[in-house]
Amino acid sequence: MPTILKVNGTQRKVDVPGEKPLLWVLREDLGYLGPKFGCGAGLCGACTVHLDGQAIRSCITPINSVGDAAITTIEGVGASEVGKKVSAAWTALDVPQCGYCQAGQIMSAVALLETNPAPSDADIDSAMAGNLCRCGTYHRIRDAIKQAAGQKIAGGTNAR
Amino acid sequence: MRADTSMLATDRRLVLKAMLAAGGTLAFDIQIAAAQGAKPNGAASARINAYVAIAADNTVSITSKNPEIGQGVKAMLPMLIAEELDVDWASVKVEQAVADQSRFGEQFAGGSMSTPMNWMPMRQAGATARAMIVAAAAKQWGVPAAQVTTKAGEVIHAATNRRAPYAALAAAAAKEAVPDAATLTLKDPATFTIIGKPVPGPDTPAIVAGKPLFGVDTVLPGMVHAALLTAPVRGATLKSHDAAKALAMPGVRKVVVLRQLGHDDAPVDALAVVADSWWTASEARKVLVAQWDNGGRDQHSNASFAASAKAAFATKPAATIRQEGDVAAAMAKAAKTLSAEYSYPFLSHATLEPQNCTAQFKDGKLELWAPSQMPNEGKDLVAKAFGMSADAVTVNLTRIGGGFGRRLQSDFMIFAGAIAREIPGVPVKLILEREEDFRMDFFRPGGFHKLDAALDANGKLTAFRTHLVTFGAKGAPGRGGELPNDLVPANLVPNADLGMTVLDSNIPLGWLRAPGSNALAFATQAFMDEVASAAGKPLPLFMLDVLGESRLVTPPKIPGVPDIWQPPAFHTGRAASVIREAMKISSWQDAPAKGRGFGFYFSHLGYFAVVADCAQEGDAIKVTKMWVAGDIGSTIINPLNAEQQVRGAMIEGISHVIGGLQVPIAGGQVQVANFDAYPLPRIDVVPPIEISMVRSDFPPTGLGEPALPPAVAAVANAISSLTGKRVRSLPYKA
Repeated sequence: MPTILKVNGTQRKVDVPGEKPLLWVLREDLGYLGPKFGCGAGLCGACTVHLDGQAIRSCITPINSVGDAAITTIEGVGASEVGKKVSAAWTALDVPQCGYCQAGQIMSAVALLETNPAPSDADIDSAMAGNLCRCGTYHRIRDAIKQAAGQKIAGGTNAR
Repeated sequence: MRADTSMLATDRRLVLKAMLAAGGTLAFDIQIAAAQGAKPNGAASARINAYVAIAADNTVSITSKNPEIGQGVKAMLPMLIAEELDVDWASVKVEQAVADQSRFGEQFAGGSMSTPMNWMPMRQAGATARAMIVAAAAKQWGVPAAQVTTKAGEVIHAATNRRAPYAALAAAAAKEAVPDAATLTLKDPATFTIIGKPVPGPDTPAIVAGKPLFGVDTVLPGMVHAALLTAPVRGATLKSHDAAKALAMPGVRKVVVLRQLGHDDAPVDALAVVADSWWTASEARKVLVAQWDNGGRDQHSNASFAASAKAAFATKPAATIRQEGDVAAAMAKAAKTLSAEYSYPFLSHATLEPQNCTAQFKDGKLELWAPSQMPNEGKDLVAKAFGMSADAVTVNLTRIGGGFGRRLQSDFMIFAGAIAREIPGVPVKLILEREEDFRMDFFRPGGFHKLDAALDANGKLTAFRTHLVTFGAKGAPGRGGELPNDLVPANLVPNADLGMTVLDSNIPLGWLRAPGSNALAFATQAFMDEVASAAGKPLPLFMLDVLGESRLVTPPKIPGVPDIWQPPAFHTGRAASVIREAMKISSWQDAPAKGRGFGFYFSHLGYFAVVADCAQEGDAIKVTKMWVAGDIGSTIINPLNAEQQVRGAMIEGISHVIGGLQVPIAGGQVQVANFDAYPLPRIDVVPPIEISMVRSDFPPTGLGEPALPPAVAAVANAISSLTGKRVRSLPYKA
């Protein structure tokens, strides 16, 4: 099924079955390897991308449901002001351990800050609840979100 | 400047020995091979040894030899080299080594061994390269080498006010004789400019930018994709199959039958679907029809294991691991005796990056791109499986999306290799479905303990006994299921008895982060919490009594085990110091408030004490704060990463207790298919964690593992304190 997708501001044409998940279209047909495969069931968040700014799990999103929504992946997230700030905070605080979940974490964090520029801890918990980090980098994820939001961060012992 | 590697001596090799005194003396050999066999590092760079190449712009390429699984080794190892090479970290570019034991020696990510095994050798690798640059400068300037100093990538001759960047001398340095590392003076730690400073992961910017780094990101021209179907009952053999429907799907190229492949203790039959897209392969996998012969393996279940353990407890242990004094006599004359049964479940590694491997078979040679924690062993396994010479197998190391010990087993390399051999010339990327990743794990063994202890009239521990019912084959425990002879407190009391019974099962076992210890710490330190209560003392004070005088306690040697894997000596003074530090930073009171728990453990050469506070929040119990004190020697090489390792260990420790993490077995089948049934901790679980590292006068040791075991015990003990009901079985259930 020939489909036009708008990925990171660029029109891309693919010809794949309509039920093929967006994750695999991005990874296999369009060369965006940033979004990761973790569970295939929307449970871990490693595949998180934006559809019109909203964080979605691309592993359970068939491309025939995408329509003309603008797709943003980790590769393109730095184009926005918030995306730039979040990426910078992630790098500055050296958030990743193994790093596999981090693309998804960043996409969820950016989606949160786009709608809620001053999130509370509870807001962060609920926005990030769908993103697993097996290494347990959660303290720095929380700090990086706060730093990107211009809030004070605890650092060190991360007392909340 | 041009490197002419052909001019380098081919026999220039150096064997370096690092003498480690971390409770006993271990000797590690490492070869610092010359550039021979190394790929030239761009036209404008000169390779000085296997680890160091210097480019014309004075950029220093440092090779990191071990797999990066998130433990931070890709910063840590190059930091050691860069420090003694005397360059600015900002000028360092880190490169990942391929698997090549002849050039790099041991290259595994496991046992928290990268630090103790490489602390000296990697520094010596840097110092050796520096000495060769200094020698080249001395020759060029006609001055004694002893007068040439270095600073931040420059050689300096102060008397004649001459200086030159390393780059100007690198090609000449590469032709210098490799000095004997024993003759080199390493830096005084007080002058370190890189070691001990916070260094971000070299891959962090690429990770944040979403660049392809991981095994699953491997892309090769003309590559095809594969998905795997294995038996629901682990170990079942393939009776018959029908692949017609799968083969009829557009894009499906082939269905390959794999028979009895994998590790010797866990051979697997499987069907592999090869397709143009992994998604297509995965869809086709769903319509494969396969009949399996369970061969009686379906009799195993949690219920059968529990029944077997009960039967075992009614008799004597099948094997004695250690016996000291006379436990029965001590129990008979004790003022108080305690007895309890503890148990813990099978656990999965659940790495977020599913097991995967890319392979290409061409002209009789196999090349693999493998996220393996033990790539050289993987290479040998692959060679053996296909009757190939190890030289015909090349293994490229990718970044690894979580290891936790799962990828110490390289079964996925064999599967990928087998598929590649069926489609010569065509590269193939195998990725396991999450369901298959759970099914195909090598599990943290569950276990059952029957524990006994005796206290005298003064509340002193006089006897300790445990009977561990564990898992394995033919009486031998599987990976991570062993009962060590240095189990605390059996190594500290006059009367001790360690016995073991091994149950057979069809569930393959594997090393999970702090293997053995992560379970034994729970059983022993939770039981000690009971014993301490009976003695009228909080656990940390009771443990200080049990530890006694500061001394080195050396366990009996295990025959036939190489020195490096012998149980290490245990320093009671180091143990006591971390216990005191944990009490101090947590403001431990003589009678701690309800909901506070403590745990101590020694594993992987590291001493750790953890205090956890928990509270009831609605229906759930939540850990509200943790304090960690640890001693891993004289130096925290990279404090930025150390903090992450400890926090990650605390979070993993919480998850072993709270939230319901377990892999139940029923009908020989793993009862977990995805993360909904395996509730790993999420961001809301995470408490503030305060960390204090105690420096001691011992060479630095690893940090990937030793903080975890006491965390499990501390959280379990905190819940027992909160609820007044002893947590004797994991995961905790209200």
